[in-house]
Amino acid sequence: MKKRLNIFMSVFFALMLVLAGCTTTGDKADPEKDDDNKDPNVETPAEKKVLRTNNHSEPGALHPGLAQGTHDSWVIDHVFEGLTVKAPDGTIAPGMAETWDTSEDGLTWTFHLRDGVQWSNGDPVTAADFEYAWKFALDPNNASQYAYQMYYLENGQAFNEVGATILKEYNEAVEKAEKDGTEPPEKPVIAEADLQPARDKVGVKALDEKTLEVKLATATPYFLDLTSFYTYYPINKTVAESNPDWFKEAATFVSNGAFKLTEWKHKESLTLAKNDSYYDAAKVNLDEVVLYVIEDNNTAWQMYQTGEIDLLDNLPSEVTGKLIADQAPDFHNAAELSTYYYNLNSDVKPFNNPKVRRAFGMAIDRQTIVEHVAQGGQMPAYGVVPPGMPDVSGDFRENAGALFEENYDEAKKLLAEGLAEEGLKKLPELTLLYNTNEIHKVIAEAIQEMWRKNLGVENVTLENVEFQVKLDREQSGDYMISRAGWIGDYVDPMTYLDLWVSDGPYNDANYSNPEYDALVNTAKTSMDPTVRMEAMHQAEQILMNDMPIIPVYYYTRPHVYKENVTGIYTLINRQPSFKFADIE
Amino acid sequence: MLKFIVKRILWALVTIWAIISITFIIMHSIPGDPFAREGSMPEAVYQNLRSFYNLDEPLYVQYGLYLKQIAQFDFGPSLKSNTLTVNDYIANGFPVSLQLGAQALILAVCLGLILGVIAAVNRNKWPDYFAMVLAIIGISVPSFILATFLINFLAVEWRLFPVATWQTMKHTVLPTISLAMLPMAYIARLMRSSMLEVLNQDYMITAKSKGLNKGFILIKYGLRNAILPVVTVLGIITANLVTGSFIVEHIFGVPGIGELFVKGIFNRDYPVILGSTIFYSIILIFLILIVDIAYTWIDPRIKVTGESK
Repeated sequence: MKKRLNIFMSVFFALMLVLAGCTTTGDKADPEKDDDNKDPNVETPAEKKVLRTNNHSEPGALHPGLAQGTHDSWVIDHVFEGLTVKAPDGTIAPGMAETWDTSEDGLTWTFHLRDGVQWSNGDPVTAADFEYAWKFALDPNNASQYAYQMYYLENGQAFNEVGATILKEYNEAVEKAEKDGTEPPEKPVIAEADLQPARDKVGVKALDEKTLEVKLATATPYFLDLTSFYTYYPINKTVAESNPDWFKEAATFVSNGAFKLTEWKHKESLTLAKNDSYYDAAKVNLDEVVLYVIEDNNTAWQMYQTGEIDLLDNLPSEVTGKLIADQAPDFHNAAELSTYYYNLNSDVKPFNNPKVRRAFGMAIDRQTIVEHVAQGGQMPAYGVVPPGMPDVSGDFRENAGALFEENYDEAKKLLAEGLAEEGLKKLPELTLLYNTNEIHKVIAEAIQEMWRKNLGVENVTLENVEFQVKLDREQSGDYMISRAGWIGDYVDPMTYLDLWVSDGPYNDANYSNPEYDALVNTAKTSMDPTVRMEAMHQAEQILMNDMPIIPVYYYTRPHVYKENVTGIYTLINRQPSFKFADIE
Repeated sequence: MLKFIVKRILWALVTIWAIISITFIIMHSIPGDPFAREGSMPEAVYQNLRSFYNLDEPLYVQYGLYLKQIAQFDFGPSLKSNTLTVNDYIANGFPVSLQLGAQALILAVCLGLILGVIAAVNRNKWPDYFAMVLAIIGISVPSFILATFLINFLAVEWRLFPVATWQTMKHTVLPTISLAMLPMAYIARLMRSSMLEVLNQDYMITAKSKGLNKGFILIKYGLRNAILPVVTVLGIITANLVTGSFIVEHIFGVPGIGELFVKGIFNRDYPVILGSTIFYSIILIFLILIVDIAYTWIDPRIKVTGESK
């Protein structure tokens, strides 16, 4: 039977080839169209260096104020530049701003722009361009999803909330009218007159062409990290005011970074070219970068295999597992600002008891999960802050080390003690909640089995629900154990530690410890890095002793690039950067 | 004829209005929100977004606004893109899907008819078995498996074609084959059974006994009579092909409109859901009209007006 199938397949194939031949005959006359499968390096003239990669989906907005995800930010990060930049080693370096001063209280920052920095159309980059861009993001009429990244500015939040305040009454009236079936009022217009006073109060001001004064709502020790983030990039004010659609096509696109956008075939590909007016252009080696828009990860991986693209991240997970096992020389893995963990609801028995929580955390074999279950190159987590966050010196994670250990005998002992303290003879029925997803499912099953084997807990049932439903139930405290993940908003351990302060909006574990709250508060208000980091190390240790959440692993960013590509570096919360890349 | 067409267009408008209304109601009754607030989106940002896209107005007001917009052929903005409107999506993507669909259609019709006729003429002999096995493969193998299979062998292993993207004619070959297989198989089977019926008709035997050329009989009398059922389904097949296939376009990175509807629903992108539904309906209604007109041309016994004079 199998043999017969083979014959059919061969016949089928032969036919396909004939067909394929037929459809391409009209094509032979054009010599240019026959070279798709040849070595790309032979075709490209030696002096023109082109890097080809995949952007995964069509950008929704190549506009610093309107961008809302990695499908926008990878391009934006390469064509724009903020006041500060991140060097390849992750440290903050001068970008458009050459120097800056901070007031003693950390509230006022003054940035001095570099001499002679230019937009890709030749206009000078001015402080007013920053002021314009930042206020654009906050303007409620622009409906920017990342506007809250600007809430650090003095009166920034108030400006963004003007619309919501005006519309609040209207929204309530609509709700009431829909209930009663009566006529709702006309929707009010948010007029320029309502906005102007609030806009003028926002804490960003161009003092002159080259000086930008920024006033913050509260002291923000990691503010220079934020100024390297894309919401804080400038927009050419003159261009944007005369053509509000400037960012929609390559022809009208103006930017100030290492590359400029030269072609944008929507949903097909984007082409970037080296920006010769960039101040650091001497260090930029690539002449052109082509970013295809291929949504299917498998297809993109196959294009990489055939040499149609040179650099690829978002690998299919089975491919990642295989590349790690084979120790492929073109495989690279980088830290990512993201942790996978389980919430234990501190409001319900038995998880109100820290010993019980610790027991569950210690009875998981994380190495096995990472290597054999998740298989995406992740790192086992023995703390909550992922690696890659700078400490006073060195790496916060490395300095802290593992904050607890996997020890099954100790775990059993702790569980028995904890149950005794709560007056329980045996564990009640436990439910593990996760959102429907293949990876979450297999991890939950593995952990269920580990608790059974290592801790003797037999009565854990798994429950999967839609993502939105899971969020609802976590927020209302209607769960016992739930799967969660958190992607940091900025590069400072605070983006994690802030989550578990008493009554914090994302404290789904319902954890509360005054000592922890005090340490987080110290780290938030102090401008002294040594004091802050010390407080955050202590806070993390307390959190892991109490274990309201069980860390499982840190996500990583596996990616591949051809061995003739050099100079790629990956910052912790970004995709691989090809700014200084070269092709040999 | 003109009266018939005008009447049909008027009916089409009513149909489209009904489709808009039903889609609008269903779309707003499924749970979910285009700006689902996971993670850290503050209340004000959410309110600003809803206000910007008029999602905070009562539903009947939104419905009225939409009808007004549609009357001016404006499908509105996409909630997930600040760059492209729904009109842009269709204007950019439809020519691509149309080209891919047309290529697949030509391939499917030519090959399907040939296979069907060969199978019928050689009934229960090996060419019949061969053609029908091919048809069964075409119907039963899902396009994503066929596409993956083609990429793996023809692109990755043998390097005969590029893996994906939409650049030269050569890039269109694999997606065309993937898209054409199913309709080809369908047409082949339909053509076979219809041809078998015609071959047994008295007029075929008469023609044969007159000593006419065998090939001439087959084309002049056989094909013309047997093709009607195929023409009937051709309208729907064409509409399916030219509006793009989500799977084939997704796998081959084709910038068509196949993904529009599916992704619109997934993202709860209301204007995209409505816009694509209306656009597909227009295409389908138009093609069915063409098919009805084509009947009279192929078979003069059929009158469009339905009057038998």
